[in-house]
Amino acid sequence: MATKEDLIRLERPNSYIGRNLTRSRARRAVAGRGQYTDDVLMPRTAHAAFVRSPYAKARIMRIDTAAAKEQPGVLLVMTGAELAERCTEPWVGTLTCFDGMKSAPQYPMAVDLAVWHGEPVVMVVAETRAEAEDACELVEIEWEPLPPVAEKETALRPGGPVVHPAIADNLAFRKTIDTGKVDEAFANADIVIEETFEFGRHTAVSLEPRALLADYDKGTQRLTIWTSSQCPHMIQAVFARTLGVPEHNVRIVAPDVGGSFGLKIHTFGDEVAATAAAMALGRPVKFIADRLESFVSDIHARENRVKGRIALSKEGVIQAVDIDVLSGAGAYSQYPRTSVFEANQILNITAGPYNHKEYRARATVVYMNKVPTSQYRAVGHPIGNSVGEALVDLAAEAVGQDPVEFRRRNVIPDEAFPTTIAAGIKLQDMSHTACIDELMKRMDYDALRAEQAVLRRQGIHRGIGIAAFIKGTAPGPSGYYGIGGAPIASQDACTIKLEPSGGVLCMVGVTDQGQGVDTVMGQIAANALGVSMESIRVISGDTDAVPYGGGTYASRATAIGGEATYQAALALRAEILVLAGVLLQAEPATLDIVDGIVVDAGTETPRIPLSEIGRIGHFQVAELPNDVKPVLSATRRFRLTDDLYIFTNGIHGAYLEVDPDTGFIKLLKHWVVEDCGRVINPMLADEQVRGGCVQGLGGALYEHCIYDDAAQLQNGTLADYRVPMAFEMPDIEVAHVQNPTTISDLGAKGVGESGTGAAPAVVMNAVNDALRPFKARVTCQPMTPEAVLRALGKV
Amino acid sequence: MTMNTEDTAEITCTVNGERVTRTVRVRQHLVDFLRGELQLTGSHLGCEHGICGACSVRVGGVVVRGCLMLAVQADGAEIVTIEGLTDSEEVADLQENFVARNALQCGFCTPGMLMTAAELLASGRPASREQIREFLSGNFCRCTGYHAIVDAVEATLRQRLEG
Repeated sequence: MATKEDLIRLERPNSYIGRNLTRSRARRAVAGRGQYTDDVLMPRTAHAAFVRSPYAKARIMRIDTAAAKEQPGVLLVMTGAELAERCTEPWVGTLTCFDGMKSAPQYPMAVDLAVWHGEPVVMVVAETRAEAEDACELVEIEWEPLPPVAEKETALRPGGPVVHPAIADNLAFRKTIDTGKVDEAFANADIVIEETFEFGRHTAVSLEPRALLADYDKGTQRLTIWTSSQCPHMIQAVFARTLGVPEHNVRIVAPDVGGSFGLKIHTFGDEVAATAAAMALGRPVKFIADRLESFVSDIHARENRVKGRIALSKEGVIQAVDIDVLSGAGAYSQYPRTSVFEANQILNITAGPYNHKEYRARATVVYMNKVPTSQYRAVGHPIGNSVGEALVDLAAEAVGQDPVEFRRRNVIPDEAFPTTIAAGIKLQDMSHTACIDELMKRMDYDALRAEQAVLRRQGIHRGIGIAAFIKGTAPGPSGYYGIGGAPIASQDACTIKLEPSGGVLCMVGVTDQGQGVDTVMGQIAANALGVSMESIRVISGDTDAVPYGGGTYASRATAIGGEATYQAALALRAEILVLAGVLLQAEPATLDIVDGIVVDAGTETPRIPLSEIGRIGHFQVAELPNDVKPVLSATRRFRLTDDLYIFTNGIHGAYLEVDPDTGFIKLLKHWVVEDCGRVINPMLADEQVRGGCVQGLGGALYEHCIYDDAAQLQNGTLADYRVPMAFEMPDIEVAHVQNPTTISDLGAKGVGESGTGAAPAVVMNAVNDALRPFKARVTCQPMTPEAVLRALGKV
Repeated sequence: MTMNTEDTAEITCTVNGERVTRTVRVRQHLVDFLRGELQLTGSHLGCEHGICGACSVRVGGVVVRGCLMLAVQADGAEIVTIEGLTDSEEVADLQENFVARNALQCGFCTPGMLMTAAELLASGRPASREQIREFLSGNFCRCTGYHAIVDAVEATLRQRLEG
């Protein structure tokens, strides 16, 4: 536990907390010296490629691999059935915490039935990737195509096609949150507004595709996997269990990870297959997904249709919100995290900033013969916020109030926290009002409205958007994964050690995909311990080196891993001061550590450097009394206890221009004010918000996995699936209201998804603000030019 | 270039100032050659169909998509990769600004982004943020949202023009 003095140290002017330190990983990357999985070289490495299903649903009648096996360089051809024999049992992507949830059993590759366009069916391993791909062309498969489920709207229709024979009704999960008097509130309301919203499928498009290099050492029975992953320990558990290797014999190394955004918290059948090939061949096997197969095998997300209603008094007070979510999953629920979180989070957070007492939220998650869906940055929040904030804008319009003023009157005021929102979730340390005030200053809102009015008269149609949000970050153990049966740690850990030299090693269970987790952990440890950043090395992403942890997902690295690091460093500091007290004949409480030197507390008179403590503690222990046994190491874990998440909040503003003749949307400026609690490194926090915003904007405006009636993905290339480019994106101004969470001593909340979660909401509100004179409204995402023209009745 | 068989040919080119001669498969693209044969792993493959720009390298003084050019087409060419660009210190100021401004996160797009930005800087002309954004639009970044990249390029341009 942190003492009052420890907490004061966090606030010192020269503290590492709140300072913009640069990242050593960045210094390496700009020189082209990053080491990603494909850059790892092992002698005799073979390469895997996959034959994938060309149909959304088809029975495999016959597979002939003879010609492929004869190809030059081919080492192994393995069918789904052959791989299944090497696996312990199929995956079932359910969690017991989701009552009544169903999913079909899934093998890493299709066995006798392929259920999505892109599902792996046969693996070829050869001396080179090119040779493996050549041989894939010669694998002959006789298919019997079957009618697929291509639309979520018709998936539950009795007598229609089924996605997988194991789930006769195509229903994955239903959930309802209901405060009980919603119908009454709507019946008594002065004003009721309804709208239906449609959200298209997206996928993560990490610039480095999924990547894996597996090596099995038959002598030591060690399986080592280098993989581009956010969650090494989860990968260790799943791969070990699936392939029947003891978990402690599996080492997962995540080298530099070239983008992930949730994609790389998952397990994929092709990666298991490549690992099985390494075990079968007794030589390393590498699998690097190419971009085309990424589009049909990486998880997808966001496909939802939401009907929403909001009930108001004539004074403009929100009485109730009611949403009905139809969520389109893929052919299987993604193991082990499931495909129902998106819907679950929509239910949790929609209209979460507001003070209404009545709330009903229903979700129906259905299976389709499409790529499995699962967690992608800000799971559910882009949808929930878009729906909630669009309804709030319509409500403001209905009572003739400015959308900012309407929000100011309806948000839960800052002083009301802690409180339980209508969705039944306890929230604390929120700052809606403070964030609105800060946003108004930053946007110069009134001036912007005046400019908008002037330009409108000149036929230029600009829109101003506002969107408040709450965001669940840093999930606790009582909610979902571990408690639902998945091998995913919700606590995280840090082991910190003082080396003989006085240097400090800091091993953390959370991982760094470029956010700057290593740097932030270093800043926290350096502050708590009282040493310079230069004397600390942070180690992450290697299950052989770090204490067990959940890794980085759900904006948890700083909030959970940071607190574990903080507590571990305080514990090591305490031990160092005890040892120094023995050596100096002083009370530990009279000593402090400043810049790597034990000093007298208060006067800061130097007494003994940590290099001496390290030297004596490791080499000269004979000088110590026998009952003094230096460990010079501490491990601490941190988890939430009573809370589902550490919730954050904030508000976005957007300014854009719509061309009513072409439907083109030009983003002009974007603002975010958010409250991630104590900010450790403001520059890195800002960049998380900015990058997150652009991912949200991509989904709102461009990104869409388009399927045809046969459930075939139509735009699976980077030329056809549009991600944001530099010239389309605006400058993004970021500010923080710092309201440290009372859940931890450090006070940090998550920040990585706050941009993504609300950017689609604010841009949709801004587009509709621009279209208001036309009485037109866009209610679908992505908001393509076509969607805008359709709203205007022009196409 | 000498064709050995139908499938392979011998090429000689200059890579980062060093003359190299290799036998390559005629279907191998330039970045697979650089990464696989020469172990210059700084050039990355993000799409292999010419869209993302992560594989950008300089060939004969011009930035090209390394995935859209065959290794055999580089016979006789001068090639500069991020490793060579770094060693020459031509963009040391830009790299410094990228680090200082945190204009990269995962770093996968960064070598290509620096290659393209170097071309803009080498033109010696001032550029607005809008023009910088336009110039960099052939290089995708999925992490930063581009704002910090534009800041870093803008700062470098300003420093160079102010001399």
